[in-house]
Amino acid sequence: MIDMDIVTALQYEFIRRAFIAGSFIALVCSILGVLLVLRRLSLIGDGLAHVTFGSVAIALLLRQHPAIVAIPIVMLSSLGILKLMQKARLYGDAAIGIVSSIGIAAGILIAARSGGFNVDLFSFLFGNILAISNAEVITSIALSIVVLSVIILFYNEHFSTTFDEEFARVSGINVQKINALLVLLTGITVVLTMKVVGIMLTSALLILPAVTALQIAKSFKHTMLLSSLTGVASVIIGIYASLVLNLPTGATIVMVNFFFFVIAFLLRHVVQKKRRSIRPGLPEL
Amino acid sequence: MKILSVEQLGFRYNSVEVLSDISFSVDAGDYIGLVGPNGSGKTTVIKIILGLLQQEKGSVTLFGTDSSAFRDRQRIGYLPQKPTHFNPHFPATVKEIVSLGLFSKQRFPKRITKDDQALIYDAMAMAEVLDISDALIGELSGGQQQRVLVARAVVNKPELLILDEPTTALDPEAREHFFKVLYELNRRENVTVILITHDIASIGKYASKLLYLDKKVVFYGSFEDFCLSENMTQYFGEFTQHLICHRHD
Repeated sequence: MIDMDIVTALQYEFIRRAFIAGSFIALVCSILGVLLVLRRLSLIGDGLAHVTFGSVAIALLLRQHPAIVAIPIVMLSSLGILKLMQKARLYGDAAIGIVSSIGIAAGILIAARSGGFNVDLFSFLFGNILAISNAEVITSIALSIVVLSVIILFYNEHFSTTFDEEFARVSGINVQKINALLVLLTGITVVLTMKVVGIMLTSALLILPAVTALQIAKSFKHTMLLSSLTGVASVIIGIYASLVLNLPTGATIVMVNFFFFVIAFLLRHVVQKKRRSIRPGLPEL
Repeated sequence: MKILSVEQLGFRYNSVEVLSDISFSVDAGDYIGLVGPNGSGKTTVIKIILGLLQQEKGSVTLFGTDSSAFRDRQRIGYLPQKPTHFNPHFPATVKEIVSLGLFSKQRFPKRITKDDQALIYDAMAMAEVLDISDALIGELSGGQQQRVLVARAVVNKPELLILDEPTTALDPEAREHFFKVLYELNRRENVTVILITHDIASIGKYASKLLYLDKKVVFYGSFEDFCLSENMTQYFGEFTQHLICHRHD
């Protein structure tokens, strides 16, 4: 255990970079996560993370920056999942499974054939936000702002489509475009998260803050806000805890997220019990 | 004024014919009771009118515009049989859900204005859900949820309101109340109503016209004509015809 308070930690530039980039990425993940969880597309993050693995292998082979190669490939794959769901009449989980397994298989094949960069490739599996560079921080912030702006601009279209797709279509909302936008934004976000928690734990950043917020939220806007707060707080606490306890950062962030979920889950049950004792017969929430 | 005109509509699911040569028109202020047995194509007709399905044959004209070019979505209110994504744990309040009905009239970006807040308030008052406006949808009973969806359907003050079996989840008291609210909308606000229902014993009390479908139009016209028609007596039998024609409490 390292004896270091948070003020001391902030004096180190690499820690400041980790806090800033991690917070932006967590914010985007938390907001997108609410939409994905409510649409039962939670595992799309996991599937696209596997595609990211294959894309990173291609990037290493071509000696390019992983994000430059991964972003277009992952975005195309996200559209591929959507097309499989629409055209091949597959459920979301099956479509995600197909794209996911192709992604990881491609990564393994490329790594096996090329040799020499296996260590680099496998370092992406677990991420290392403490090693994030200045350029990567700027890219993360810029992409996060783009993703957030698009979500805010189309907030009501996403809300309507998520609650009732048929009604949204009757309202004149182009549901297909909104769905495509959602998976494309998810693709960009998944590539960004690979540095924070690594490919293996990407879906946790998308799912856990959202399901935590869903335990206690009082409205749709409240869910978005709570999810964002939980996601950002988990990243900050996770980074700091990993430094003090000398633990892997990505995994610590995920465990802090899970801790918040348990707290929210227990809180909901306590509140519900109290409500029932005051007004018996209330439905279970 | 013609609100809706359906001409020689035909539709197949895979190779099974669901609708054949359906033609009817709806005037402003009409209250149409759309009835028929299960699988008769009632919901399919409505989905084609709303643009959710594409017809194989024929045409649909809404407010004088072919449905493929129709963009004034705010003129139509819709209450579906059951929302496709509705889940009891969806974290939205009554007020938020009612506001969804407003997005059909707004262009990009869709935002709720102060005028919209007044519309939301009016719709919630009409559907008697004001006192639960901050409650989550999952906390409500089936009847309350249905009233919320009615408020969502009418928040835009639509000229045409289409409802697909809206009373199936309601108890008799709530059902009666629902029909009265609909009747008031039709009479006082001159909202044209198309109501799909299996409740043939109640529909006669409120609707001005009857559209009976069984893959084709079996009958379309006023209740008076239906009740006096010998063809309909032969088709339905005296008992069923009397049940539909029975228009008293």
